Amino acid sequence: MNHLKTLIVVGNGMVGHHCVAQLIERGALDHYRLHVFSEEPMRAYDRVHLSEYFTGRDAESLALSDASLYQTPGVTLHLGVPVLEIDRARCEVITADGCVAYDKLVLATGSYPFVPPIEGAEGDSRLVYRTLEDLDAIRKAAANARRGVVVGGGLLGLEAANALKSLGLEAHVVEFAPRLMPVQLDDFGGLALKAQIERLGVGVHLSRATQSISAGEQYRYRMNFANDEFLETDLIVFSAGIRAQDALARQAGLDIGPRGGVVINDECLSIDPNIYAIGECASWNGSLFGLVAPGYQMARGVAALLCAQTAEPFVGADMSTKLKLLGVDVGSIGDAHAHTPGARSYQFIDEASASYRRLVVDASGKHVIGAVLVGDNSYYDTLLQYMQNSIALPSEPASLILPSSNGAPTLGPGALPESATVCSCHNVTKGAICSAIDGGCSDLGLLKAQTKACTGCGGCAGLLKQVFEHELIARGVSVDKSLCEHFAYTRQELYALVRVEGILTFDELLAKHGRGHTGCDVCKPAVGSILASCWNQPIMDASLVPLQDTNDTFMANMQKNGTYSVVPRIPGGEITADKLIVIGEVAKKYDLYTKITGGQRIDLFGAQLHELPDIWSELIAAGFETGHAYGKSTRTVKSCVGSTWCRYGVQDSVKMALLIEDRYKGLRSPHKLKFAVSGCTRECAEAQSKDVGVIATEKGWNLYIAGNGGMRPRHAELFATDLDDATLIRYIDRFLMFYIRTADKLQRTSVWRESLEGGLDFLKDVILHDSLGLGAELEAQMQLVVDRYECEWANALADPEKLKRFRTFVNDKRPDPDIHFVQERGQRRPIMAAELNLIPVTEEIA
Amino acid sequence: MSQANPQRNLTTWKGVCSETDLVSNSGVVVWLDGAQVALFYLPGAQDQTLFAIDNHDPESGANVIGRGLIGSIKGDLVVAAPIYKQHYRLEDGQCLEAPDQRLRVWPVRLNAGVVELALD
Repeated sequence: MNHLKTLIVVGNGMVGHHCVAQLIERGALDHYRLHVFSEEPMRAYDRVHLSEYFTGRDAESLALSDASLYQTPGVTLHLGVPVLEIDRARCEVITADGCVAYDKLVLATGSYPFVPPIEGAEGDSRLVYRTLEDLDAIRKAAANARRGVVVGGGLLGLEAANALKSLGLEAHVVEFAPRLMPVQLDDFGGLALKAQIERLGVGVHLSRATQSISAGEQYRYRMNFANDEFLETDLIVFSAGIRAQDALARQAGLDIGPRGGVVINDECLSIDPNIYAIGECASWNGSLFGLVAPGYQMARGVAALLCAQTAEPFVGADMSTKLKLLGVDVGSIGDAHAHTPGARSYQFIDEASASYRRLVVDASGKHVIGAVLVGDNSYYDTLLQYMQNSIALPSEPASLILPSSNGAPTLGPGALPESATVCSCHNVTKGAICSAIDGGCSDLGLLKAQTKACTGCGGCAGLLKQVFEHELIARGVSVDKSLCEHFAYTRQELYALVRVEGILTFDELLAKHGRGHTGCDVCKPAVGSILASCWNQPIMDASLVPLQDTNDTFMANMQKNGTYSVVPRIPGGEITADKLIVIGEVAKKYDLYTKITGGQRIDLFGAQLHELPDIWSELIAAGFETGHAYGKSTRTVKSCVGSTWCRYGVQDSVKMALLIEDRYKGLRSPHKLKFAVSGCTRECAEAQSKDVGVIATEKGWNLYIAGNGGMRPRHAELFATDLDDATLIRYIDRFLMFYIRTADKLQRTSVWRESLEGGLDFLKDVILHDSLGLGAELEAQMQLVVDRYECEWANALADPEKLKRFRTFVNDKRPDPDIHFVQERGQRRPIMAAELNLIPVTEEIA
Repeated sequence: MSQANPQRNLTTWKGVCSETDLVSNSGVVVWLDGAQVALFYLPGAQDQTLFAIDNHDPESGANVIGRGLIGSIKGDLVVAAPIYKQHYRLEDGQCLEAPDQRLRVWPVRLNAGVVELALD
């Protein structure tokens, strides 16, 4: 092994890591022992998505590769070991752990945040936003803070402001320049972005230079600006630009660029033939490159050279970028400021929605050379492709940025040349994607893994999917949308067949339009749901029972140990003392674990199958109905107490919630439906996170649709304003039935809404303006479901044949002897597997 | 109606419940001297119409197989475990997702309105 040379990579950020991965992939370990030194204590992580650290992602999930890459024989990763010095004469790096000799050295030391020298800036008034440790410090400072200020209104500054906001702080941005994102945006773009960000409750203070920081009165600190202006805050994050981390290079006597950074040539080589520099610590042609794509480009080039392969020279990089900052789309392409001689612009300004778009074309008027987007990035991919591939502009270039009734104009994936770059982080062309598909790759996830496309910043996800599907179809691969092996139809098509042909049973549908005699656990519940949505017949009827998924079959929610939870309907969350007492008595009698749900109801856990009819007999006798917590159906209508009690309420939100819940209870749909009604704009019922949200106004009700909490939260969209009661209900009728008619199985309204071609405007046309002439039909369908409502549990209890199934053993009265509970906080809960050996002891105690 | 042929004279058949206890195209569970056996009844099926399979779900550790949904996958009749949705072949208990997982099955027959399991 002595013939191996030593290659050292200093820095394990995104670019350093990419270089290592590329080196390994290209076979560098045949020639080199590889040492990687990192100042940070953990291996390379995704800095582009750093802010997600505050919204639930942990350090491990941000890591860029699994740990095994650095366990490859021949690779040594030194974490938390900064390189202190480079001895170029002896070809050695010096660390606290000793000296290591190198044959080749790659500097990938990145950058550090620049903090202007301001009197009084220290501790929590001098935070920065760069590493996971920085984020930990911000989180700590935010724990007792109400307000936070970010100094710097650039890309990273706005990211940091978003982070502060997600930590629950009132966030402010202080920018020295007269506009936000001065590098990427022009004046109008800056204005539009400011308007949008202010609407989100973030304070924006432009043309402000902080002169000193002193103790505050209302908050911890006071930032003093010129003209006696000031702003008080509990913490300050500096994001006033980055500086190349070039201290090592300076010490080693390498050439440093005019704005800092190791001077490199087109091969990323410094003046020392054995030392390369890549990423943010490198200065090429006097410029620094603070984005991940050019850094990756340099890393690839250097890795190729070190493996004696041909490398594309680095000749600058496209600094185009698109992001979502504080939820606002911002895009900047090429020559956004139209600095190119002869450049001309088209601009579109929408002050109502604070959107702005600018298209910059060259002197000939034939090619795109730049663009600015604020408010809607759906134009980005197309504009970028026009620029990167010098595609000739259409006869009316402004059409590329003007709103159209069909959404943003898109350049079909078929129009892209093979050389078109789809993923600029990993330099993946359309041609590379095509050859992967030709090589047998027919799965999007696999395609990403094989080509690395879309695994950098992720910005090309939409385009990649389009190209992928287009190419599959072009190769005659049909994208199979069949429900399952028994039905070659989508859910939507089956819905239409059931309704048009008046089909009432699964067997009839299977005989007429399916294959086989049995169906499966995919199509049976889907068809069961369609039949219920259309005809609303009792799900316990003999022909329907076998279709239901396990929870619907027994009209209760199966828990992990095979017991059930029971949720009686508590409409609008309103309940009398007498009914509360009944729930308490039932829970006590059957020893049920009791918990308040998020939907203002009470969940009773731990009932065995044979106990369900008795429990429900008692609940129904007291006036309760089933809550359908087990169904893909209407769940709850959450409400605040409204104008009856609340001094702020402007409408009776409880009454409206009761009206809505009573109308839609029992409605089965492609997925569960959650509603809420708030009695004023303070929105205590959180209606904007529901499938259907209603918020009171002075004049009536505002309707919001397609919100979601849970795994993929989505704010509901304002759909119609100041509605009277009857109109509100009519619109909800139409909205729900249109969803039931057109959604895929198990598709929540939020995902359905996002997949609708034509988007919100189309949906408004259909529901509010009846553009498809469906309104009366949808309302009539809903009325049929409403008229046929009956409590499923009451129906089942009245029929001994239906109760036959509610027996743990049909030949024995005993309960399931394998179900065990332990006591915890005064109630029982299922025993954990690890506790099983304790059973005898627990039983003695109990 | 009886389909499990009485292979050997030595087979002992034990009555566990009545035919009327069964639920068409669905499952019920019987207690069999400490074992829990799920009975699935598919009156329209082509060959075998009655199946007896272990009620214990090895994935969740709970006794719930009898409450699973019946279906056919590539020609095999299966039950989908109700908690984590693995599919077990009714005929021999084989799990389609995990080759090393197999549920016990019992020979079963209908004899004059009585469901009988074969004991070994």
